[in-house]
Amino acid sequence: MKRTYVRSMDGWWRRDPFFLHYMAREATAVFVVIYAAILLVTLARLAQGEASFGRWIAMLRSPASIVVHSVLFAAFLYHTWTWFRIMPKTMPPIVVADRRLAPWQITALGLAASGAASAALLAAVVALAT
Amino acid sequence: MSARSTQPVFWLLFGAGGMLSALIGAVLVFITGIALPLGIFVPADVLSYHEMAGFARHWWAKAFLFLVVSLFLWHGAHRIFHSLHDLGIHAKKAPALACYGLAFFGTVVAAAELLRIGF
Repeated sequence: MKRTYVRSMDGWWRRDPFFLHYMAREATAVFVVIYAAILLVTLARLAQGEASFGRWIAMLRSPASIVVHSVLFAAFLYHTWTWFRIMPKTMPPIVVADRRLAPWQITALGLAASGAASAALLAAVVALAT
Repeated sequence: MSARSTQPVFWLLFGAGGMLSALIGAVLVFITGIALPLGIFVPADVLSYHEMAGFARHWWAKAFLFLVVSLFLWHGAHRIFHSLHDLGIHAKKAPALACYGLAFFGTVVAAAELLRIGF
């Protein structure tokens, strides 16, 4: 039986910066899931009552939690950037006044929408809290 | 009778979760993980059981929290499932069951906990 040479694919994504960016972009999904899990535990603690939620608040105020959330924050910012960066490739062309929107215009629109939505949400929370 | 692929459904959930998290994910992490615990922009005593339970009893807050938790999970599950192939894991059934199963489980738990918090 002849055996043909099969090139190993181990660590293929480390061979090229393009692949590295691709894997970094895909890896943001892990952080999104971690944050959803934290929110889920928060809901469960809230449903369990005051004592349980009080212990959860103490945990959220711990330096370790602040560090974890800072890392999550950075990962989400990267996700936002990459999401709108690839959006021109993932959506159908948008035609405005007989001209296709340029890729950078779609990215810029997405980032602007994210900035506006984030500012509105933060303002709503501050208004609700005070 | 035709066998329809379930992929479009997962792709739609992936896209919706990706869009929602790209629009407000970062600011949500900042609000719930940094601003509320440290009292930045908001009074420090806002992060209390009574304030948070009061908030989560609104139907619109429940809808919002449910969408955030479930769509974030479906987004992550779909993306991780497809990345496993890139990492050399070529099995399909078990990883799909684990990824989408966990997202489904999280969605059910989120709905149950939100109902348990009450109205």
